[in-house]
Amino acid sequence: MSTESSETATAPPGMDPKLRPLAVLAWLWVLVPFGYGIYKLLEKINDLF
Amino acid sequence: MRMAFFDQDRIVAPPGWSRWLIPPAALSVHLAIGQAYAWSVFKKPLEATMLTDSDHPGTLSALPFQLGMVMLGVSAALFGRQVERRGPRWAMAVSSTFFVSGLLVASVGVAADQYWLVVAGYGFVGGIGLGIGYISPVTTLIKWFPDRPGLATGIAIMGFGGGALIASPLTTQLLQKFDAVVGTGPNAVAPDRDGIAKTFLVLGCAYAVFMVMSYSLIRVPPPGWKPAGWEPGPERALVTRNNVSAKNAVKTPQFWLLWVVLCFNVTAGIGILERAAPIYRDFFPGEGGSPAELAAAAAGFVAILSLSNSLGRILWSSASDVLGRRNMYRIYLGVGCLLYAYILTTTNDNKALFIVACMLILSFYGAGFATVPAYLRDLFGTYQVGAIHGRLLTAWSVAGVLGPIIVNNIADNRINGGATGPDVYTPAFAIVIGLLVVAFVCNELIRPVDPKWHEPTEQPVPVPANASGEKAIA
Repeated sequence: MSTESSETATAPPGMDPKLRPLAVLAWLWVLVPFGYGIYKLLEKINDLF
Repeated sequence: MRMAFFDQDRIVAPPGWSRWLIPPAALSVHLAIGQAYAWSVFKKPLEATMLTDSDHPGTLSALPFQLGMVMLGVSAALFGRQVERRGPRWAMAVSSTFFVSGLLVASVGVAADQYWLVVAGYGFVGGIGLGIGYISPVTTLIKWFPDRPGLATGIAIMGFGGGALIASPLTTQLLQKFDAVVGTGPNAVAPDRDGIAKTFLVLGCAYAVFMVMSYSLIRVPPPGWKPAGWEPGPERALVTRNNVSAKNAVKTPQFWLLWVVLCFNVTAGIGILERAAPIYRDFFPGEGGSPAELAAAAAGFVAILSLSNSLGRILWSSASDVLGRRNMYRIYLGVGCLLYAYILTTTNDNKALFIVACMLILSFYGAGFATVPAYLRDLFGTYQVGAIHGRLLTAWSVAGVLGPIIVNNIADNRINGGATGPDVYTPAFAIVIGLLVVAFVCNELIRPVDPKWHEPTEQPVPVPANASGEKAIA
């Protein structure tokens, strides 16, 4: 499990630009339904007050 | 030679991959399997169609969910090492297969009017999907985010809470569309059983598509990877730099102390969550001008607790990266204890403070789930943290039975004895306070793991080849 620091795969800064559309798709894939759930929830919370 | 889709070599991240692509993969699983918390939407329609001849329709309609929760803990414990060995892509695909199959089998069960098939499908088959899916991203997230494991696992496990936020209104809309909702009033008709079957079918198909993102997107970091510019901080007493196997972890007192902590923290949250709407109606019976307004307010109370549950998972778990895991559990358990005591003593004197107290208790409930993987990582290292997490989740299964027993059985007995209003919950909440005190003490007793349980530091580890076929340096 140990690694040698000289060979350590340290992450270069920034994402490969070719992956950006994938990143947008991935986050929208999960945030849109989650946002729908939050919206529906806020509708119900309104009835509490 | 062509590598199989589930081969771990296929999912080693190539150069330029961002670790911020991993949380959406994890969320694609947790937002789906979190549907389990929305099971209650099916209860009334099933009681009105398939359980009309039963003397205990409420108990039977809860069975698929309860079996699902038990199977979650059992399968997470049994398959945890497989998940570690075969990797997250395999785990997420298997989770998707079982979870979706559970919904489809339930659909068949409803259509054929065979309730045992609904229980076996949703509870047993689907429950296996819940357990494997729950632990599938944990080790991978902790490896990608060694600098903030609390935040990373908090995002994923917030997804489990968020899954119900999606599934609850979605299921309601589907049941309405397929004429399967339970009507009220003198002219109400029984819902269409086929409509319930169609709802299960549509949900199964939708989740099958949704979960594709999880096993398609997931990647593991190359061996030895670490975030740019990050170095492990100074040694801290409760943050190990060693590793403990799952087989050895369960032999340590630390594991079992944390098991009690999780079990009792979950029980405390279920104390309110399980019966949130009736609790609200009992504490504030004069709310609104009509039963419908009271019911709507109670539903709003349930909704705000769900939001607190979800937000607590990300906020408190992220805070644990700064304040430390043991300190956070001191807050969850200690402050949780004080909040229950407040509710017990002031009952319904102040509605706003009552709601705030319940929100905080539920936020600590969610946070207890979300922070525990990082706590395990601190105690046992990353080597088999997913498998250890799987075994720890048996505490959730126990709490899933213990919590409702404490609250529902005791409350029902109090009602039968003539108690009304907040008085119904006095003994149940007093018991919960006792459990939280025990859990608080257990948390205080957690110390660093004895070095005799550590894995040898020069143990050879299988090293997957990178994309060019060369062996990566271990």
